[in-house]
Formats: sequence, structure tokens, C-alpha cells
Amino acid sequence: MSEIRLHTENLSVGYGRKTLIGGIGLELRQGQIMTLIGPNGAGKSTILKSLIRQLPLTGGTVYLAGKDMAALSERDTARRLSVLMTAQVRPELMTCFDVAAAGRYPYTGRLGILTPEDREKTARCLELVHAAGLADRDFSRISDGQRQRVLLARALNQEPEVLVLDEPTSFLDIRHKLELLAILKDMVRTRRLAVILSLHELELAQKISDWVVCVRGDVIARQGPPEEIFTPEYIADLYGAARGSYNALYGSLELEAPSGPPEVFVIGGGGAGIPVYRRLQRQGTPFAAGVLAENDLDCPVAQALAAEIVTEKPFRPIGDGAFRRAAAVMERCARVLCPVAEFGAMNEGNRLLRELARDRGTLAD
Amino acid sequence: MKNHSLRPAAGLVLLAAATLGLLVWNICAGSVYLPPGEVLAALLSPEEGGIVWGIRLPRVLAAAILGGALSVSGFLLQTFFANPIAGPFVLGISSGAKLTVALALVAFLSRGVLISSMAMVAVAFAGSMISMGFVLLMSRRVRNMSMLVVCGIMIGNICSAVTDFVVTFSDDSNIVNLHNWSLGSFSGTSWENVRLMAWVAGVALVLAFLLSKPIGAYQLGEVYAQNMGVNIRRFRVELILLSSLLSACVTAFAGPISFVGIAVPHLVKSLFRTARPLIVIPGCFLGGAAFCLFCDLIARTAFAPRDMSISSVTAVFGAPVVLCLMASRRGGREGRL
Repeated sequence: MSEIRLHTENLSVGYGRKTLIGGIGLELRQGQIMTLIGPNGAGKSTILKSLIRQLPLTGGTVYLAGKDMAALSERDTARRLSVLMTAQVRPELMTCFDVAAAGRYPYTGRLGILTPEDREKTARCLELVHAAGLADRDFSRISDGQRQRVLLARALNQEPEVLVLDEPTSFLDIRHKLELLAILKDMVRTRRLAVILSLHELELAQKISDWVVCVRGDVIARQGPPEEIFTPEYIADLYGAARGSYNALYGSLELEAPSGPPEVFVIGGGGAGIPVYRRLQRQGTPFAAGVLAENDLDCPVAQALAAEIVTEKPFRPIGDGAFRRAAAVMERCARVLCPVAEFGAMNEGNRLLRELARDRGTLAD
Repeated sequence: MKNHSLRPAAGLVLLAAATLGLLVWNICAGSVYLPPGEVLAALLSPEEGGIVWGIRLPRVLAAAILGGALSVSGFLLQTFFANPIAGPFVLGISSGAKLTVALALVAFLSRGVLISSMAMVAVAFAGSMISMGFVLLMSRRVRNMSMLVVCGIMIGNICSAVTDFVVTFSDDSNIVNLHNWSLGSFSGTSWENVRLMAWVAGVALVLAFLLSKPIGAYQLGEVYAQNMGVNIRRFRVELILLSSLLSACVTAFAGPISFVGIAVPHLVKSLFRTARPLIVIPGCFLGGAAFCLFCDLIARTAFAPRDMSISSVTAVFGAPVVLCLMASRRGGREGRL
């Protein structure tokens, strides 16, 4: 088991004397990414701010590398822990190099003059975040994505053991989100960093985290590896989401299924059905889906969106029972859509369903 | 990288040369013109009673020291409030010092007691701290940069009004002096004053220079500064004490002087194209010295033999800089959004 970098004991956090969340026990190990998820205002930032001493603790203890953080000097803390927070910084007349070089603070002398070694390390950190080309640019005149990367370079320049990031992906577009998280993942692998961050993009949290902590209002509702946390039932419960659902396999969100008896029957399979299901959902048309193998690509989305669904066991041709059930459902539908173009031994039943619909005159082109 | 390290050095040399040149010019110019050669001769053979040693040199040194102190005080306040238009004058800190000094003068002069320069500085420092306290209270409530400055101007106006009230209703023969002083002037500086201000400003400046490193970190915001190892609470107290002491020192000897604290740091940062405190603090001192020497030259010679108040001259040159600064800020922000 790798070493524990940061842990808390019965930590309670809040503002002033008021405790918002109590009884927090976290354990962050070397080379691990821990993600805090939870609804807006649940207290993710409050926990992070307390860990980095920006907010005084209302109770309990935070240990950094096994030592009580309250007893560590500013410099010792700075050499072990660095941060990337949401607060927007717009310093005047600072180049990106200057900003990244600020991370050398705990290592420089009384006047903070950079040695050639400090400059070299700064340049290397900028390279790590793919921002070497920005070194001489004015920090206040680059894009949000670039700014986050330069601030990450600053944080890495502090040569920390623990990195704390508060919603590092907000304000970033999809490309910059992926880039930032990829860099982070690399850092964890190569430098054995321990990272604790908050994210509100569940699909990203599920993919990047080694450990997930669910924060809800006044408690840590649950913590565990992502496989245990990201189940449709639990995520809906955590966010109090009554409308719509969370698809654990794809890490995607699905809206609520249209209500009412099915008006359209969709013959799907192999991913061809998903765009049609989504379109019908947008139009608010309740539909039935069939016949889908239980391990078909279309199946999880159909389960979330369809009013009725007819399935067959995995790796089996569509059997008589499933065919008859599907035919019965199809009979009640005014229209039949068939986005599937390829038929073979396994989905022969679906081809027959299409023929049946054509004979009845309900098959739409 | 090479250009970056050359520019600050060149800038500092330029500012030092300008300060020195203006020092000499200031000694030469006046109601009686003295050619540089004569000034040099007089400087080399000190005689207590002459124009150079008795009158002009102390005044010129006061202008240089106090101008420098004022600019550095402004730079510290701008760092503290993360606000480029903060300064001892607009935040009402100078006016607070002015009020307490006026009160002390009236109280003591009416009893025929002369107070020492040291006591004046102490009284001014108390006044600065009172104003500063109000500004800090307001800054907790208003997060907006311009609103904070408006609050400061209000505090300054209240203090000035009370000062005027005190000056108007005190009947003393020295009131003429007091009146001149309350408008801001370097005239009538004695050698004793110069020695004291050199000490106070010198110590405060060295301390400010030693704070360069945390100031640089603080420019990235409180959160990052704290994470990099700055003891925020202590650092904030240090900044407040130093900036108040510097501006109190200025007010005690020369009265309130407007706009130097904002205009000079801005000009220096633009000249150096950096905000690194290690360069900007000495730069501000030299720049402020040169700026005040230049303004005092005009104050003394434009309508000679009458002195203008130094504040009127600094306002003429400083206020446009501040206006440009505010306009360019606004433009920059809209450009980004």
C-alpha cells in the first residue's frame, strides 16, 4: 500500500463558529486522485478551503504527511501542498513565466530572487503543462484554458506531495477540460502526486478518480472507488434528481422518459437506435424499443428513455417469445421506425418485425 | 530573458539620473538664480547661513525624500487593496493625518508650546491609522474597487472639513503657517526635520523593500500567497503599518500631497513593464523623488516669489495620469469580456 499523504480525523468544517459538515474522515494516498462530488452548495469548496488552511477548522485535525497541519510552519506546508483554486487572478504586468515562477516561493531566499535552477524548474513546469510557448506572454491576456494551465504549472513548481484543485475544469471548454485532466493523470503517474479535487462533471469524475467522496449538505454521504459510487440509483439519490437518470456505463446523463403509452415502436440494435430514442425524447413522444439484446449498445439508453422495452438474453438469436411480445407491443403503436440496416442470424427476428410493420403499413421511411 | 533583466537596471539608472539632475536644478533655480558652479562650490564648503545650505538644500532634500516615501506608500496600498487607484490621498489617510496634526498644532500653539517634529510624526501616524481603520472597516463591506475609493474620498473630505473648521476658528498668529501647511508645501523645512524624515522614511523603505517577496506573492491574490507560505495576517498588518507610517511622515512635514501615490507607481510600472516589487519599490522611491522635485520646482518658480501649494502642482500632473489609468482599465475589461 502506498504512503498516506493527507488524512483527516473527525474533521468538521464551516464558517465562523458554525459547523456545516462534521465527522469528515479522508485518507489520500500517494499516486491517488480523490474527487469530491455532490450538488451545488453541498460544501465541496468548504472542505477544500479548510484543508488548505484558508478557512479555520471548526473541529478535528488535518494531517499532512502524518503531521498535524496546524503545527507545521507556512514554509513546510507550502513545500508539501499546493493549490489551484477557482478565484480568478488578474495580476498586472506579469508574464506567464512570472506567474509560474511564483511557485518557487518556498524555496527562494529573503528577497525571492530566482536562481538559474529555479528558472530551469519553472521552464520545465511550463513544458509539462504544454505552456512553454506562453512564457513571455502577459498572463492577463491569455485564454481561460491557458490561464488554468499556467496556474497548474505554478502549483507544480512548488514541488508538492499533495495537490488541491477546486473545480479546475469550470470555465473550460471540452478540449481544455480533457487536456487539463490528462496532464493531471500524467503527473499522478510520473510524480506519484496525491491529488484531491472537486468536480461537477460526473462523467469526468468517474473516469479520472481512484476514490470518490460524495458530499451532501451536512455529511459525507458515502465514499469509495468509482465503481461503487457511480450507480444510477445512488447518483440520482445524491443529487436528488427525480427527473432524468444517470447512465453508469457511459457516464452520461439521460433526461426523463416521455410519459404515456408508446406511440412509436423503434426496431433498434448495435447503436443505431440511440439517436432515434433521443430525438423522440426531445419531441416528447413516448416510444417502445425492441428487440434488443441485454448487452446491446442501445439497451442502457432505451432503458432510460423508452416507455416499454423488449429484450432478449445476450449472445442469442431473437427467440420466439421475444418476437411475439414485440409484435404485440408494435400492434399498439401507430408508427414503426427501423434505423437498423444490417440484419444477420442474431437479429433475424427484427427483420421479421420490420416485414410485419411494412405489411401493416405502419413502417415509416 | 536578456531584455527583461536589462530594462529594470536601465530604468533605475535613468530615474536616479533624473532625480540627481532635478536636485541640482532645484538648488539653482529660485528668486535668486545660482549657476551650477556656484552651487557646487557652496555645497563643498558648508556654511550655515547661506541660501544653499540654509534654505534650498533642506527643502530640496525634503521634496525628494517625501516624494519617494509617498509613492512607496501608494504602491503598498495598491498591493494591499489589489486596486491600482488606491493611494494615501484618495483613501483619506493623508487627510486623517492632516486633521490630527492640525488639532495638535492648534492645541499646543494656543498655549505657546512648540511641539517637536518627532511628536508631529507620531500625531500624524495616529491620524493615518484612524483613517486607515475606517477604510478597512468599509473595505469589509464594499468589495468593489471604485466604491472603496469613493468611501476614502468621503473620509478625506470629512477630515478636511473638520481641519478647515479648526483652522478658521483658532486665533493665533501662527495660523498663517498652519494654513499654508494644510494645503501642502515643502517650504520652511529645517535640517532637524530633514534628519528625522530621512530616518523614518529610510527605515520604512528598507522594511518595505524586505517585504518585496511576500508583496510579489500577494499580487497573485491572498489564496495563492497563503499557499506559497505567506503569513497573511502578519503581512497585512505590516503593509498597513508601513504605508501609514510613510504617508504620516509626509503629512507631518509637508501636509497632504495629492495623486503622487497613484500616478508615480503607475508610471514606474509602465516604464519598467513589470510589477515586480524588487524593482518597483526602489523605482517608486526614485520616481516619486523626481516627480516631487519637478513639481516643487514649478511651485516655487512659476509665480515667484510666491509659493504655490505643492498639491495643486502634483494634481495638475498626477490627476491626468490617474484618469488615463482608469480609462485604460475600463477599456481593458470590456475588451476581455
